Amino acid sequence: MLSQYAFIGVFAIIAFALPVIGLVMAWLLRPKKPNPAKNATYECGMETFGDTWVQFKAQYYLYALVFVVFDVEAIFVFPWAVAYNKLGLYALVEMVLFVLILLGGLLYAWQKKALEWH
Amino acid sequence: MDYVLDFFVNLGRSWTTWLGTFLPEWGVTIINYLVGGIILVLMPVIATLTLTWMERKVIGRIQNRLGPNRVGPWGIFQAIADAVKMLIKEDIIPDAADRPVFNLAPILIAGAAALVWAVMPFGKGVIGVDLNVGVLYLVAVGSITTVSVIMAGWGSNNKFALIGAFRGVAQLLSYEVPMILSIATVVLLAGSMSTMRIVEAQQIPFIFVLPVAFIAYFLASAAEVGRAPFDLLEADSEIVAGYFIEYSGLKFGWFYIAEYGNLFAVSAITATLFLGGWRGPFSHQAPVLGPLYFIIKTVLVVFVMMWIRGTWPRFRIDQMLGFAWKVLVPASLANLLWVAIVLKIALPTIVQWALMLGGNLLILVIAAGMLGRAAKRHAEQRNLAPLSSGAA
Repeated sequence: MLSQYAFIGVFAIIAFALPVIGLVMAWLLRPKKPNPAKNATYECGMETFGDTWVQFKAQYYLYALVFVVFDVEAIFVFPWAVAYNKLGLYALVEMVLFVLILLGGLLYAWQKKALEWH
Repeated sequence: MDYVLDFFVNLGRSWTTWLGTFLPEWGVTIINYLVGGIILVLMPVIATLTLTWMERKVIGRIQNRLGPNRVGPWGIFQAIADAVKMLIKEDIIPDAADRPVFNLAPILIAGAAALVWAVMPFGKGVIGVDLNVGVLYLVAVGSITTVSVIMAGWGSNNKFALIGAFRGVAQLLSYEVPMILSIATVVLLAGSMSTMRIVEAQQIPFIFVLPVAFIAYFLASAAEVGRAPFDLLEADSEIVAGYFIEYSGLKFGWFYIAEYGNLFAVSAITATLFLGGWRGPFSHQAPVLGPLYFIIKTVLVVFVMMWIRGTWPRFRIDQMLGFAWKVLVPASLANLLWVAIVLKIALPTIVQWALMLGGNLLILVIAAGMLGRAAKRHAEQRNLAPLSSGAA
């Protein structure tokens, strides 16, 4: 069991090392001739104006909030799904109730127009 | 003959035995981890070299063109020429960029694309590591992509990149929910999260038992990897190239590799979860055929994704997110509950599967009917007020 995760650990090191190795190789090979025009922000060839890091549409937050609810649900659904055959009818009733509550939340968000693009 | 029938597993055994003749046990383990890791890490790179060529050929044919045909026979070395070009191109970091975030994003996204391959079941016994939480690991590692997308968009300090990143995150988050729910349905039916056990549980491919889960997973994974018609995060006609607009040289290359690596990975997961993975005719007598079946099924799914890209126009962001939350999520939830109910009825397995298929088809019909009604309502509204579409 532990050796399985040891492999994941070794693998993760290799996986993140490969892009670094590639970038170091490219760094050795490529030309380096920066100038101010080249290093300007590219927005369709025009001079950029204003700050990029500004407030953005609140709509994105609403999607993220609905997402958090369903993502937390997934944490409960997966163990339930694996152990389902060993559990009695009780597990089914519990999950139906749980999903119905969630569905109620989704319908509420839907009805409050949280899923519409304003 | 027996050696050839289970070639990959026997090759691994011979290799381990040979190493054992001159190395202690822990040395063999470390060498095996390294060799296995390096082979699996190269999967996204291999996928990019082959799939970019395939995609250009397929899209070319769909658009009545020839596609690449200059570099090598049928243009097969085009991808290698591109790789060399990316390696020797000048790297431009904009003065306004947030440099650490900007430089870290491509490394993170490429690493995440490689990590997925650790639990991919190529064949019986041909797997990096058979984790007992396999599919949960796949979902977890897939989420790293979301982080690096927002890092790239934020770090570039470019308005197009930031819009692309916001769209990307909204899209990745929204489509993750139906994806997780359809995976959970498969886990429920297979009774395990291990990718190997899920393949072994498929006496018939799950696509014939759970078509709703398959369609939801397929559409959600197309959105997760940002493929057309869900390629809003890099819609080149609207926001130039989306979140990686400021990247050049190999940094752009790693985004590209991650994109094709993820395309190949989600296709492989689709093949594993719904198309029977490495199972096929004679795959039990001759496990050597397993990886072959697996690759064929995966490439078939990749081909369908390319076909969709060649034929469908792009969605609008509000249409896309609405589709995820109002169609895919309720349909997947209903499917999950239906499968759970059927599994608790004491019936022969065949009858249970038939019931699941019936329920799935019913869900499909209802979803299609509701979509049709919504489309009709939308068309009527547009006739009344043609200029009042409220999309951004």
